Amino acid sequence: MKETFTPKDDMTMDLFDLIGPVMIGPSSSHTAGAARIGLTARLLLNEDVCKAEVGFHGSFAKTYRGHGTDRAIVGGLMGMAVDDPRLRDSLTLARESGMDVCFDVVNIRGAHPNTVRLTLTGVSGKELTMEAASVGGGNIEIHKLNGLNVDFTGKEHTLIIHQTDAPGVIAAVTGALAGQSINIANMQVYRRKAGADAMMVLELDGAPEDYVLESLKHMKAIRNVTFLKRRPC
Amino acid sequence: MDFTLSEWVNLAGEGSLADAAVKQQAEETGMTVEAVRATMHSHLCCMQEAVQSGLDEKLRSVSGLSGGQAALFLKRMQEGKLLGGRLLGKAEVYAMATAECNACMGKIVAAPTAGACGILPGTILAMMEESDVSEEQAVDALFVAAAVGQSIATQASISGAEGGCQAECGSAAAMAAAALAYLEGGTPQQCADAAAFAIMNLLGLVCDPVGGLVEVPCVYRNVGSCGVAFTAADMVLSGIRCPIAPDEVILAMKEVGDALPASLRETGDGGCAACASVRARLKANTL
Repeated sequence: MKETFTPKDDMTMDLFDLIGPVMIGPSSSHTAGAARIGLTARLLLNEDVCKAEVGFHGSFAKTYRGHGTDRAIVGGLMGMAVDDPRLRDSLTLARESGMDVCFDVVNIRGAHPNTVRLTLTGVSGKELTMEAASVGGGNIEIHKLNGLNVDFTGKEHTLIIHQTDAPGVIAAVTGALAGQSINIANMQVYRRKAGADAMMVLELDGAPEDYVLESLKHMKAIRNVTFLKRRPC
Repeated sequence: MDFTLSEWVNLAGEGSLADAAVKQQAEETGMTVEAVRATMHSHLCCMQEAVQSGLDEKLRSVSGLSGGQAALFLKRMQEGKLLGGRLLGKAEVYAMATAECNACMGKIVAAPTAGACGILPGTILAMMEESDVSEEQAVDALFVAAAVGQSIATQASISGAEGGCQAECGSAAAMAAAALAYLEGGTPQQCADAAAFAIMNLLGLVCDPVGGLVEVPCVYRNVGSCGVAFTAADMVLSGIRCPIAPDEVILAMKEVGDALPASLRETGDGGCAACASVRARLKANTL
């Protein structure tokens, strides 16, 4: 089990990172981080999960049962937070609610030792694939979304735009945010190849109004808009 | 801002280390002093709840390696038979209860990590029940502990995978030692010295979890580290100065951690984790 929690040079440690978080044990990386990954995937899918394939890589693959990583992921997929005591019983709760879950061990070349690959189907048939790593102290990183490489944590307000690569899409999105006086803290753009599938991940200092998100959804080149609110804990 | 121990001591000046930490946290986060204290108070309540659930004799972890042992320990304490006396004994019982609560997927407060979550609550809650420490003083002591933890995390590490168990139980014992010194009227410098003495006593401790699980030897080390915290606090309160600058002891811990082989840094390959008897038991339980 590899857990690294090295504060980066530009990162200040909040005193509640030293006494906290409040969480369900036994491990901040293998349990709390896993629950956060599940919950983030559930929020990205934006509907209840009816089928989940969970692939554990590295240290996760070796110790997921003993650390309750399986229960934590499934609990997160059901909307539970890191301090929700129901995480313990999530496998039973998932079965009772009719969620179809299967676990597997996968080997992802070059991935962080605590990586999980999720393949989800929502109640309306919507699909999502995600690879994420639990990087220590309950912190997580999303590394792949629907086949595209990304890099975000879900700790800040995060706007994810799935679009067709075309001129003007970035300007339209950043323009809409500027119209709301919302500052962009960090922005990444990914594409498969020119003119194909592309994705934009923006970390924001403020939350945009719903109507702005709706108006973006109606833009021609934009396929999907997802907004993740800053994680409260 | 991140501070070294000597910077925290300077920041506190003639005042209290707890007040300096609360003020700093409020300034950093934009929260009010009252809100910052209220958050720590809710963490204190959560620590109390974790002890109660960890004392359940029927508690068992998924692997079957832990649970129900704190209940045995409590019984011996209630009979007045613990060799170290009631205050230290209660701290140890509560530390074990918290660590077992964690191993059994109960709700805990990471302090500074989940693996070392028993030491600080054990010492603080025992002081509340056995030494007339008020809730307000306990909250203050937790801020002193957090300040010490921050100095360690930013100058060395609080992760077993990086620095071995000295970085987890060692850091927690240092935080608890400073909190104890604070509660007994120690100066900011004495709090820093107490933290250094605790680290000194746990320097080199390896991270060797059986099966990679936070159970053996983690639960038992949470218990033993309480004794180190009390010893360190008692030394400084007797007027004994740490002969090494406290920040240098933290840096020594970093150096020792870097020198540890990977097999002794949370990989579950060396130390206790390599012992055949417990590995066999784990295998039997999980198959």
